Amino acid sequence: MSVVISPKVDLPPETPFVPGPPGTHITIRGLTKYFAGWPLYENFDLDIPKHQIVSVFGPNGCGKSTLINMIAGLIPIDAGEILFDGKSLAQTKIGYVFQNYRDAMFPWLRTIDNIAYPLKLEGKSKAEIKRRVDELVASFDVKFDLMRYPYELSGGQQQTASIMRALAPGPEVLFLDEPFSALDFEMTLFIREKLQQVFLQTGTTMVLVSHDLEEAVYLADQILLLTKRPTAVADILHYQDPRPRTVETLSQPGFIAAKKLSMEIFQREVRKPARMQAPGSLTLS
Amino acid sequence: MNETIAPAVTVAPKPAAPASTAAPAPKAPRKAPALGRLLPIVGPIALFVIWDLVVRAGWIKAILLPPPEATLMAMFKGLAGGPLLLDFTVTVIRTLEAFVIAAVLGLPIGVLLGSNERAYRSVEFLIDFFRSTPSSALIPLFLLIFGVSDINKVAIAAFGAFLIVLFNSAYGVLNARKQRVMAAKVMGASRWRIFCDVLIWESLQASFVGLRSAVSMALVIVIVAEMFIGSENGLGHRIIDTQQVLNVREMYAAILSAGALGYALNVVFIVIEKRIVHWSGR
Repeated sequence: MSVVISPKVDLPPETPFVPGPPGTHITIRGLTKYFAGWPLYENFDLDIPKHQIVSVFGPNGCGKSTLINMIAGLIPIDAGEILFDGKSLAQTKIGYVFQNYRDAMFPWLRTIDNIAYPLKLEGKSKAEIKRRVDELVASFDVKFDLMRYPYELSGGQQQTASIMRALAPGPEVLFLDEPFSALDFEMTLFIREKLQQVFLQTGTTMVLVSHDLEEAVYLADQILLLTKRPTAVADILHYQDPRPRTVETLSQPGFIAAKKLSMEIFQREVRKPARMQAPGSLTLS
Repeated sequence: MNETIAPAVTVAPKPAAPASTAAPAPKAPRKAPALGRLLPIVGPIALFVIWDLVVRAGWIKAILLPPPEATLMAMFKGLAGGPLLLDFTVTVIRTLEAFVIAAVLGLPIGVLLGSNERAYRSVEFLIDFFRSTPSSALIPLFLLIFGVSDINKVAIAAFGAFLIVLFNSAYGVLNARKQRVMAAKVMGASRWRIFCDVLIWESLQASFVGLRSAVSMALVIVIVAEMFIGSENGLGHRIIDTQQVLNVREMYAAILSAGALGYALNVVFIVIEKRIVHWSGR
């Protein structure tokens, strides 16, 4: 209660690095991030397991997206360490799917060239790029014309293409920042199934930020529930219904129980008084 | 109270009026497309009719305003191999020279400045200041530097146009949607690749606005320079020359052709822009 936070960033005392349990993919230690002098994350530790889907869920403004953006290197961190299987981000291939596909695709490139872009960056040959794109087209069962420009496609088609682009280089981790929230219900179901299918095929570690609890639970092996800021882990729920999960899964006791428990923890966290008030109204997404 | 109601009552019959004229309405849709296509020439025709009436009625002395058909004839004759053609061509060449210099320098420098906000902020005042200074005010300065020469006219037009291109390209990059830069970054693109593959493209839309304004600006300054910096040819020279000998027909012909040139340049740029920046507004 009587914690006095100085606006200065005090470097945490040097602590020995503690590796996560076996099967950990991403190890986050002592992560600290300040916004306008106020702590968003302070000494935050987390282990993200390999070959699993982790859904991140929490109150508004707790920095769900900020967390994955920091892991993906899109937002600089103030202190701490993030390792992927012991490697740094630069040594790791990652994929990222943005919420707003419209501003994530390159409208000056045809859709197929958008998908091929990360492969081009890797310096792959034309033949290799074509082989990989064909592979993706087959596995996504693409029914639309990839020679069109992204803006000529529907929202769902654009998001499908941007997921294909993220998966093209065969990333070790796929980050998804509210990938469904700009889509209609039908496309959400479709893309959810595609993601599940990709996961079953490749076992790619996925970190999914969601504001829809049903969505978060449906795809997840683990549901990471966050507190209000300064953000900490409220709880990690394990949801172990077998895949492939289907519409029936949504009415099964295991799913309902996981969703209910998540909701209880979420509400408990939302009702808790803020541990400190930020000056003014800082909004974070 | 009564007064406020009264107007409402008198208004009431009005809706009936359109209803009675609604009968011929089915004809309208068939005529509409043809009429719609003709709409853009209504203005010019009206202008020529009024012009003609004014001349015929003698409201403006014939020595100041020639009849429209005579002016048009003079313009077409002049442009079909007459002396006007030479002046016209010279002006086009000067404008394009100035424009090319402005574009070749302005685009890359603008994009580079825009991609480094600190660099841009440090020269922002200079750009804004000289962009706001009427380039024609700098003619005497340029006279000192380049003397009375052909290069002078091109140089001052290029200077004015350059600042416009620079400013728009820089702003195009500064205001680029950051998410595409992030998308490229997360895919592992280097700063240089982000610059080539994202920033330049993002800036294109604004750059084209700059190029289009720049070519208009170049034309304006070239014509002003031709008027006031000793010149033997060019549309500006021709306008001043014919004005001084009161050859108003040739003067209006030169003015009209200058207008046509400006308009055509604008249209050409819009067409090119639509082709290249095909995603604009989508």
